[in-house]
Amino acid sequence: MSGAASPTLEVRNLRTHFFTRAGVVKAVDDVSFTVPRGKVLGLVGESGSGKSVTGFSIIGLVDPPGRVVSGEILFQGRDLTRLSEEEMRDLRGNRIAMIFQDPMMTLNPVLRIDTQMIETVLAHARVSREEARQRARDALGMVGIPSPEERLHAYPHQFSGGMRQRVAIAIALLHRPDLIIADEPTTALDVTIQGQILAEVQKLSATTGTALIWITHDLSVVAGLADEIAVMYAGRIVERGPVAEVLDRPLHPYTVGLIGSVPSRNRRGEPLRQIPGMTPSLLNLPPGCAFRARCPRADEACRAEPPMRELLPGREARCFRPHLEAAAETAA
Amino acid sequence: MSVYLLRRLLQAVAVVFAMSLIVFVGVYAIGDPVEILISPDADQLERERAIAALGLDLPLWEQYFVFLARAMQGDLGRSFVFNEPALRLILQRMPATLELAFGATIMALIIGLPLGLYAGLRPHSPLSRAIMAGSILGFSLPTFWVGLMLIMVFAVQLGWLPSTGRGPTRELLGLQWSFLTWEGMRHMLMPAINLSLFKISLVIRLTRAGVRETILQDYVKFARAKGLRPARVVGVHVFKNILIPVVTVVGLELGSTIAFSVVTESVFAWPGMGKLIIDSINVLDRPVIVAYLMIIVLMFITINLVVDLTYSVLDPRVRLEAKGT
Ligand SMILES: Nc1ncnc2c1ncn2[C@@H]1O[C@H](COP(=O)(O)OP(=O)(O)OP(=O)(O)O)[C@@H](O)[C@H]1O
Ligand code: SF4
Ligand SMILES: [Mg+2]
Repeated sequence: MSGAASPTLEVRNLRTHFFTRAGVVKAVDDVSFTVPRGKVLGLVGESGSGKSVTGFSIIGLVDPPGRVVSGEILFQGRDLTRLSEEEMRDLRGNRIAMIFQDPMMTLNPVLRIDTQMIETVLAHARVSREEARQRARDALGMVGIPSPEERLHAYPHQFSGGMRQRVAIAIALLHRPDLIIADEPTTALDVTIQGQILAEVQKLSATTGTALIWITHDLSVVAGLADEIAVMYAGRIVERGPVAEVLDRPLHPYTVGLIGSVPSRNRRGEPLRQIPGMTPSLLNLPPGCAFRARCPRADEACRAEPPMRELLPGREARCFRPHLEAAAETAA
Repeated sequence: MSVYLLRRLLQAVAVVFAMSLIVFVGVYAIGDPVEILISPDADQLERERAIAALGLDLPLWEQYFVFLARAMQGDLGRSFVFNEPALRLILQRMPATLELAFGATIMALIIGLPLGLYAGLRPHSPLSRAIMAGSILGFSLPTFWVGLMLIMVFAVQLGWLPSTGRGPTRELLGLQWSFLTWEGMRHMLMPAINLSLFKISLVIRLTRAGVRETILQDYVKFARAKGLRPARVVGVHVFKNILIPVVTVVGLELGSTIAFSVVTESVFAWPGMGKLIIDSINVLDRPVIVAYLMIIVLMFITINLVVDLTYSVLDPRVRLEAKGT
């Protein structure tokens, strides 16, 4: 029912708010992006910017007091916000899978790996237990776990962090989903393992046509992996575009600051340039540009709310005074 | 694992030994049974003969060693009152207490687990608030008062349930049990509820706290992200995790339930060990008191060990550590 041209995922004006006692936390506020088939979107931003909540909104796991208050989440043309809980459950782990940040916490400590994998197969496929077990074993092999047959009998605590994350990825891949949301899946792992997992995931998404949302606050991970990048700040996407172009010539002052704080981009011996100030509280955010208090380019105009505008072909940003001058200015 | 077991057994022996000393000296300090047992108008000769027959003429340390030597052979002395081996007296009454305690424990789990689950999953619903308020009552109302109220309502006013005794029993494994007959079950119902009230509250609170904590865990969210049905998420992923603390505490509580069934047994005239020990304390029947306390000590030790072993079955992480030592 969806043509080849229609993207796997299209999020339009998504707003997810938490109705706490202290007030309304606008964790995701008017977020839009698309992820085409087989492509990787890197969703980056500081801690608390709303990346995870965006992911949970898509897969329908925002818990009270949070709620998707408006917007559309079109998955292969179907609006997920209108589906019943049972219809959503049928998609979860099946057509849409999610991988979490901390591999030490995502597997149930008291259940064996085979239990946790087989139940996932059986939740969506009418197959025998033996067939389900076979699929679980194949999936473990696919993510590079040695002697998968034996490892099926193990408990999570018998695996290292990297191995556990591979298991979680294997579980996510069980039904060859059309969309994977990976919420900082490699942050807790060391650099070599991170590299291996990145390479495997990239290969998978290219060969199976799976669309991928890769959430991270590490720009260097996104650089080698993503096709598109969306930068989040205080619940909003402030800049979006092809990854090479955005990293090469960021338009939004916040993106400029983020790039400046990546270690590898700094000359040796120079101190890291952190963005001054702190992420504002999402509770009762003042009107105007949310980055204003920390922005070196802020002026009177920024007391108003900047709209998302296309500033260059295929490049959008939410800023009144973007870095449109020379590319040289940002490279320094 | 066997090293672990051996170490636990050695610890157990040491505890039993220490307890025997404490119990013996403690009971000696309570009072002199001679005044109660021997009629006031007995003459001096009769008195001395009786005292010697009971072994009360020896100094305390010698009495203790006689007791210890006999205890090694499974002889915990003869009751002054019944003139029967104390051990046999207690063992005769043990099935009644055991079935009452197990009945109460099972009832606490059957009632407490679902209520606690519900209260944990829907913490803000009016029913959950009612359950939690009820559990506070279960903790704070005195057992004897609740027992009397139960008798008042269900035995006296409504006449639905019998209020005293075990009812007819049937033999199983050479012992007499009430739960095997319908009348026996009816007799057991009120005492078991009475004894389980505190434990129901305990299970509710433990379960609720466990659920509240567990559903926030990443692995539960991940289980939902896998598309599992809510029944499986709660019934397997949440439930197996909360079972660990619940089994531990309820298992450990079993010892105290047996030990403190004294009150319930007295209220419902349930012919168990608790009633026996109260009667024995009244007449200072030392051998029975000592034997009872020793058996309770042994029971606590056994229960702790069994709970530890069960715990390692439920929690695979513990199993590994035990193997490592
Ligand atoms: N249950 C909740 N109740 C209230 N506010 C919440 C809740 N969950 C998330 N938030 C708010 O939503 C905002 C976004 O959180 P989110 O977890 O999406 O951040 P993030 O970008 O994923 O950060 P990190 O990099 O630390 O994972 C946070 O500021 C947080 O305060
Ligand atoms: S709108 Fe103004 S304050 Fe906001 S990022 Fe742009 S220049 Fe800075
Ligand atoms: Mg996050």
